[in-house]
Amino acid sequence: MNHMPQAWGRPRDDIYGGYNPSYLPYNKGGYQSHANGQPTTHTQSPIVTGTSVIAIKFKSGVVIAADNLASYGSLARFTDVKRLKPFNKKAIVGFGGDVSDMQYLDRLLSSLDVQENYGSSGNGGDEEAESRAMMSAKNLHTYLSKVMYKRRTDFNPLWNALLVAGLDEKSVPFLAFADLLGTTYSSPTLATGFGAHLAQPIMRRAVPDEEASQKLEREEAVKVVKECMKVLFYRDARSMNVYSMAVIDENGVDLKQDIKLEEQSWSFAESIRGYGTQTV
Amino acid sequence: MAALSSYNMTSSIPPFSFQQQPQNHSAAAGPTQHSFYPYTDNGGSTLGIAGDTFTILAGDTRSTSGYNINTRHEPKLFRIGGEGPTHKNARIVLSVVGFAADGHALQERLDTIVKLYRYQHGKDISVHACANRLSHILYGKRFFPYYVQAILGGIDEEGKGALYSYDPVGSYEREFCRAAGAAASLIMPFLDNQVNLKNQYEPDAEQGLAKPQLVAKPLDRKTTEEIVRDAFTSAVERHIEVGDGLQMMVITKDGIEEIVSPLKKD
Repeated sequence: MNHMPQAWGRPRDDIYGGYNPSYLPYNKGGYQSHANGQPTTHTQSPIVTGTSVIAIKFKSGVVIAADNLASYGSLARFTDVKRLKPFNKKAIVGFGGDVSDMQYLDRLLSSLDVQENYGSSGNGGDEEAESRAMMSAKNLHTYLSKVMYKRRTDFNPLWNALLVAGLDEKSVPFLAFADLLGTTYSSPTLATGFGAHLAQPIMRRAVPDEEASQKLEREEAVKVVKECMKVLFYRDARSMNVYSMAVIDENGVDLKQDIKLEEQSWSFAESIRGYGTQTV
Repeated sequence: MAALSSYNMTSSIPPFSFQQQPQNHSAAAGPTQHSFYPYTDNGGSTLGIAGDTFTILAGDTRSTSGYNINTRHEPKLFRIGGEGPTHKNARIVLSVVGFAADGHALQERLDTIVKLYRYQHGKDISVHACANRLSHILYGKRFFPYYVQAILGGIDEEGKGALYSYDPVGSYEREFCRAAGAAASLIMPFLDNQVNLKNQYEPDAEQGLAKPQLVAKPLDRKTTEEIVRDAFTSAVERHIEVGDGLQMMVITKDGIEEIVSPLKKD
């Protein structure tokens, strides 16, 4: 009888010949420093990226928007990318930054959604209790911020800046940020990337504080977001004029994709001479 | 028949090609290099003053990232212990300033440990025990630190106000007052003069080498609160990362009172 557990189920060397150790990693008796001959590498810089995501809280919900562009450096590579992802009826996540990491998070959230729905939905009996048991936007934000923080602690970050918009467990409008370092914060108006420089001042003028956001009407909030998307297209070199916008309130998620920017003012272009101070 | 003789059962070395002795990897992978920097500075400033029967901890609520303001209201002061997510009946406050994500992580870890202590020991943790525990939590990450300056406030077992301040890797000390964060260098000297009465002498006594120094005595709550407010309004004037709002927590044996007031937004 063979007393060595390493050998159980394993073909004998004296009949079949030994393993060639040059293919095996060190801890299995071989000479490779890593499994496929390649050293372990982690994301060091984002490759295909999405630009700003902006959002504003209003009286009964949140408006969030992001354009449909994924850039490959300075190349406008993919023009049909949806960077706003709904999660059940109560939350939307907007992603800026690396698109492959966004797709990984999307898969992660899908599997989370499946796990959350394992609990019995009953016969649609008590809808309110069901609604209370569902993950709110606040819970989703807590979950995502822990994922992001853990990845940064492992020196293998998900190179994204995300906005989580929706309602919290008391059905109060909720909006918060999380990024590749695990940094989180919350505010009545938020924007990632270039939006923080160009759109936030406009949004903060409309909604300076929590009190103002509780008085803002839905139409007004949508108007401010549309204005900001226009400004971003004027001034962000990695943006596009087609975008998606979502409004979340107690009735659920209203996601409009492929909105085109209207009323752009480019007539100043005809009067340009040269590239700076030249006037003739 | 001839093939069978190749089974040599007398050999003591098992006929497998894996080695049983542990291997020393001769060629080490070499030092690793990352171009991802895992920290950032979210600005802000905090302040703690311990009185005779109370402790006040305060912090501004602005969160920054370089020259950007992330938000005007992100608390830096957290109740520790108590019951449930609302920390009912908690008597300890932790303030963290520096890298906010590490601050949140540290707060959550300490809170979990303090709640577990209550569950396992059947009584609330004392401030000095909690302070020592926090030092160990910080030193546990000595080689990948929590990039925060922490201040822990509570009431000690004699009923007096207690304040403990930490460096990012857990070195700590009990003090009467401490300012931490971006404007620490602006606020701390003010506190030295107003709380500990440094460089203040008896006004009417004889001058010269025998000038008697003023003796610091514990301040009452109202005066301490005013000193805290004045310290912050001054810091807001001269430090760009400090402003927006002031969050103050006053800890007494009866509980924790939270007061939020506005600061200049520019």
